[in-house]
Amino acid sequence: MAVKMFDGNGAAVEAIRLARPGVIAAYPITPQSSIAEHLADEVAAGRIDAEYVRVESEHSAMSVAVGAQLTGVRVATATASVGLALMHEVCGVAAGCRVPIVMPVVNRSLVAPWSLWCDHSDTMAERDTGWLQYYCANVQEILDLTLCAYRIAEHEDVMTPAMVCLDGFFLSHSMQRVDTPDDEAAWDFVKPYVRKNMYLDTNDVMFINDLCPTDEHSEIKYQQYVGFQEAARVTKEVFAEYEERFGRKLHTVESYRLDDADVAVVTIGSMSGTGKYVVNQLREQGVKAGLLRICMFRPFPAEEVAEALKNVKVIGVVDRSAGLGAAQGPVCTEVKAACCGTSSKIFGFCGGIAGRDISDGSFRKIFGELTDVAEGRSETCERWFDVKPNAMNIREVDVPC
Amino acid sequence: MLTYQVQPKGAVSPGINTCQGCMIDVIFRNVLDVMGPDTVLVIPPGCAAQFSGCGPEASVTVPGIQGNLENSAAIASGIANGFRHQGNDHTQVVVIAGDGGTVDIGLQSLSGAMERNEDIIYICYDNEAYMNTGVQGSSSTPFAASTTTTPAGKPVNAKDLISIVMAHRVPYAATASVADIFDLRRKVQKAKETKGCRVIHIMSPCPTGWGYPSAKTVEVAREAVRCGAWVLMEYENGAIKLGRKPEELGQPQKYFALQKRFCGAGEEEIAKMGAFLTERYEYLEKLAQL
Amino acid sequence: MQQNTPMNTPSKRRVLGPCSHVLVAANTGSWRLERPEVDAELCVRCGTCARYCPTACITVHKEGDPLDFDWNYCKGCGICANECPKQALTMVPEGGDD
Repeated sequence: MAVKMFDGNGAAVEAIRLARPGVIAAYPITPQSSIAEHLADEVAAGRIDAEYVRVESEHSAMSVAVGAQLTGVRVATATASVGLALMHEVCGVAAGCRVPIVMPVVNRSLVAPWSLWCDHSDTMAERDTGWLQYYCANVQEILDLTLCAYRIAEHEDVMTPAMVCLDGFFLSHSMQRVDTPDDEAAWDFVKPYVRKNMYLDTNDVMFINDLCPTDEHSEIKYQQYVGFQEAARVTKEVFAEYEERFGRKLHTVESYRLDDADVAVVTIGSMSGTGKYVVNQLREQGVKAGLLRICMFRPFPAEEVAEALKNVKVIGVVDRSAGLGAAQGPVCTEVKAACCGTSSKIFGFCGGIAGRDISDGSFRKIFGELTDVAEGRSETCERWFDVKPNAMNIREVDVPC
Repeated sequence: MLTYQVQPKGAVSPGINTCQGCMIDVIFRNVLDVMGPDTVLVIPPGCAAQFSGCGPEASVTVPGIQGNLENSAAIASGIANGFRHQGNDHTQVVVIAGDGGTVDIGLQSLSGAMERNEDIIYICYDNEAYMNTGVQGSSSTPFAASTTTTPAGKPVNAKDLISIVMAHRVPYAATASVADIFDLRRKVQKAKETKGCRVIHIMSPCPTGWGYPSAKTVEVAREAVRCGAWVLMEYENGAIKLGRKPEELGQPQKYFALQKRFCGAGEEEIAKMGAFLTERYEYLEKLAQL
Repeated sequence: MQQNTPMNTPSKRRVLGPCSHVLVAANTGSWRLERPEVDAELCVRCGTCARYCPTACITVHKEGDPLDFDWNYCKGCGICANECPKQALTMVPEGGDD
């Protein structure tokens, strides 16, 4: 174990290096690019013994990954934003064919409008594709969760690909201290890749992903459903083993000062640290505030969320994506469904879009609204926070005369 | 492991639900016969997906994967790299894809694979339209041909796949026709013996989509070669070698008359097509002399 | 109630997801409206018909009856008759012998 300095992308590359992939296919996209670059560096320097396939698109990156892993090697790729959207079709192939690929996704807004900056609209759009999803709170977790993701995804009861989601720039380009296991210890944990299900081998013939009649399609989807159920259990087992080996506790959901909380926020990703800071401030002022961070979003840990929040009077769920047209943002929708049997009042908050900072001030405002509801001063909360009051009029162009 | 409920013919099931008179079966059988059992197939959706199987039922005796319509070359690249990483330098990765999956939606991934010179064989069987979905025009549909999306005849020429392939300077490329099985097998054999990204473009006439009696598939393919509508050639080490000169170059009348898809082509269209075929062949002749 | 115990036995293993693994054949012979009939006098056993036959259902014999057809799979397309260089094959309506 050594303390190293990594930015988020560097931590992802380090975790991939430790997992010793045999084929790497990557296509650059801001803010993922340095992962594609540094993986190429690692291969060129001989620190990763892999074939580096310099693909012409993300669609091909995932296609190469699926094809290669089906021959029996661990693969690596990473993407962001519209790159993930372009991969969408093949992400479904990886999931349906039970190819347990682990992929860091550097969260960035989807176009339009164009943006280079962080929100979760890219990975939330993939939430029902059949991939496990883990959202990192800091750079250390990128390394930890990526290493664990190999074990979880490749587990014979799971056999489901995994996205490790890290907030673009907030984490991908933020240099932090990272406790890093040495190569042998990490390898002993991750273990060599073993093909466990379908594969391409001329000595054991099968034709993968042929047309599936209606007669069997539901059954194959049911198999994936069971894989997700198993993933919830396996995640906890792997996290426990990781803690035992490397001394760091990982969470599917992380409760922070929730025990006696009257008001709480539910967070996901890098905003969580700021949220905890504000919880501490409010506690000093006598407000019974708490926070629940969701790390594992797929499978969604509904029972744990309901249990953690059951005594909280008013809950605000912060979504870092717009959830256009939905009753609530994607995280709030899940939390509400999980807590439907409790008497808590739950409000969705949407903000932090395309790199807009979710600051301590943002959380104070959210907690203020939640407290107002808890103390009977108001009935509801504003759905969008930190939006300019003139949102509808930010463009006024001259009319030709 | 593959279970045999029937005896295959070569590496292919004897009963495949391809249309009556379709010769994709012949292409599969001959390609797999030349390639041998140490071959992995990649097949996108399309007519050839009949060979991927359905549910548990398989149609070929080699392993494979059905990818998406546009990523056959990328999936094949992944398989080839996976094998290489494991020290497997003997298993051949072969794509068999239609024209839509090659010249339209699949061109990007094919171009990427050709540029990287991936160690794969890419075979395009060209029936000059989206036959499996009901004869919609593709960029391989020739000028004047009627399809369900070009009902009045296609106003522009087909994309020139072999020229696109040659522009990538792959180690080996060829065109072939179901009218000449010996020539087709020889070219597949040559591809097998070459390393790197190899492309073979095979004309495979479609009785259903082209509108001719199922008995005439070979005859139609032969007429295409005779008038220059299909030019047999090879591209090796940067040099072009043309097959026998078309006997009736630039005279597609007989070829057109065999098929209903050209029934809307009048004298003007036939003359225009004839001039184009002559011009293209003479251009290739010049390249072959370089 | 779903069975979640793998049914692995020494000879079987469970595979999750879509794949085909049992070689079968469609009864394409049932599509046939016409069947090829060979004139043994004209046939020179050159094998052209077999080479072009989409279903590979023609066997060429060196002696005796020149050709055998596998009627389970012959779709009756007529390519064999069209390509025969000696016009030794004729397409006749299926059941037309009676």
